[in-house]
Amino acid sequence: MNSQTLYHYSLYYWVKQLHQSPLDVSNSLCWEGVEKGSQTLDNERERVEAIVGEYGASRDSLISVLQDIQSALHYLPEHALRTVASQLSLPLIQVYGVATFFKAFSLKPRGEHIVNVCLGTACHVRGAPAVLDEVKRRLGIEPGETTEDMKFTLETVNCLGACALGPIVVIDGNYHGQMLLGKVKKVLREIERRTQRDETHE
Amino acid sequence: MVELTIDGIKTKVLEGTTVLEAAKEMGIVIPTLCYHPGLSPYGACRVCIVEVVKGNRSSLEASCTLPAEQAQVILTNSDKVRKTRKVIVELLLASCPNSKTLQDMAANMGINKVRFKIKDRGCILCGLCVRYCNEQMKSGGIGFVGRGTSRRVATAFDVTPEECRNCGGCEWICPVCERACTAGNLIDGLCGGCQNLVPVETCPICTGCSESVGPHGHKVY
Repeated sequence: MNSQTLYHYSLYYWVKQLHQSPLDVSNSLCWEGVEKGSQTLDNERERVEAIVGEYGASRDSLISVLQDIQSALHYLPEHALRTVASQLSLPLIQVYGVATFFKAFSLKPRGEHIVNVCLGTACHVRGAPAVLDEVKRRLGIEPGETTEDMKFTLETVNCLGACALGPIVVIDGNYHGQMLLGKVKKVLREIERRTQRDETHE
Repeated sequence: MVELTIDGIKTKVLEGTTVLEAAKEMGIVIPTLCYHPGLSPYGACRVCIVEVVKGNRSSLEASCTLPAEQAQVILTNSDKVRKTRKVIVELLLASCPNSKTLQDMAANMGINKVRFKIKDRGCILCGLCVRYCNEQMKSGGIGFVGRGTSRRVATAFDVTPEECRNCGGCEWICPVCERACTAGNLIDGLCGGCQNLVPVETCPICTGCSESVGPHGHKVY
């Protein structure tokens, strides 16, 4: 089949479908399937719309928009992706593809603090598995999971390129080198204390 | 116009023509899989690789995305190309053993065994369906999701999107699901019916064979 017949083929189906059911590009499906308190959902929606509004309707800003939503909500909810797609007039699959491609984006809710334990070769021989076990025990979660209070998400990484400091634990972008079992306790407690302080201030 | 040499024959083509198109114009057959004349070249499957000779050195390039250049020397059927192409088709077969298109290609190339561990994924990520949906249907309902080994073709959130018009074009163009190989047993990763083990005329398993390989046996590229 050459390109011209292919074109006719597609045109035929396009016209056929157009007659059968006019394309519905409205946003009716937008907020379905989200089980949450309506207040938090409204709050989330507002924040997402504010973020998308900041960038205008430029398609190039897709990743920036997603990054901002990710840092505001700690994850990318389905309704946010649908809003982004309709606002930037991109197909939803393109937004979804980008969101699933980069590890910085998460479709599952993530905790406030991301704990990254390095399991690279250098960290491994310096005792990273023991450190990981300790973090798992303290937080009560497996790698990839989030604590129930949505405070911590535990992740592992294969190498951070700072092998001299191994074993390394990165929490919210702060590198904690030469980790010991006792140090894990100290660092985690410090973060908990800081969040509590922030909460009481608020 | 640029002048290049393909398999020792000099030819002149318009600037911007790909090597694959130039070869096609000359009647030189380069096997392709993810290439389609109605879609933008993608260079995913690497079946169309050719040898580009530069002095004493040569490199392998995918001809579907390689623009023709002045004084380029191309070999489409050298030993190196044939050998590499076989490995590529074997790798594709290892991830998609039931694809009739791939089995035919293997038979044409004289592949007798798939040396890799067979793991049926049902998709070779050639991107034909994605490009068809985007470019011909102007829909953008399906696309690639995920990265690395978990990359797959899917719809967003695995629900049929509003953009999908149920044209079926993605299935029609797919080299895997469009013509599934009906042979049940694989011998060394090959269906055994189409390939050289059994003469084509008396192929007991796969009746579609004579159509694709011809009644006089297998054409070897």
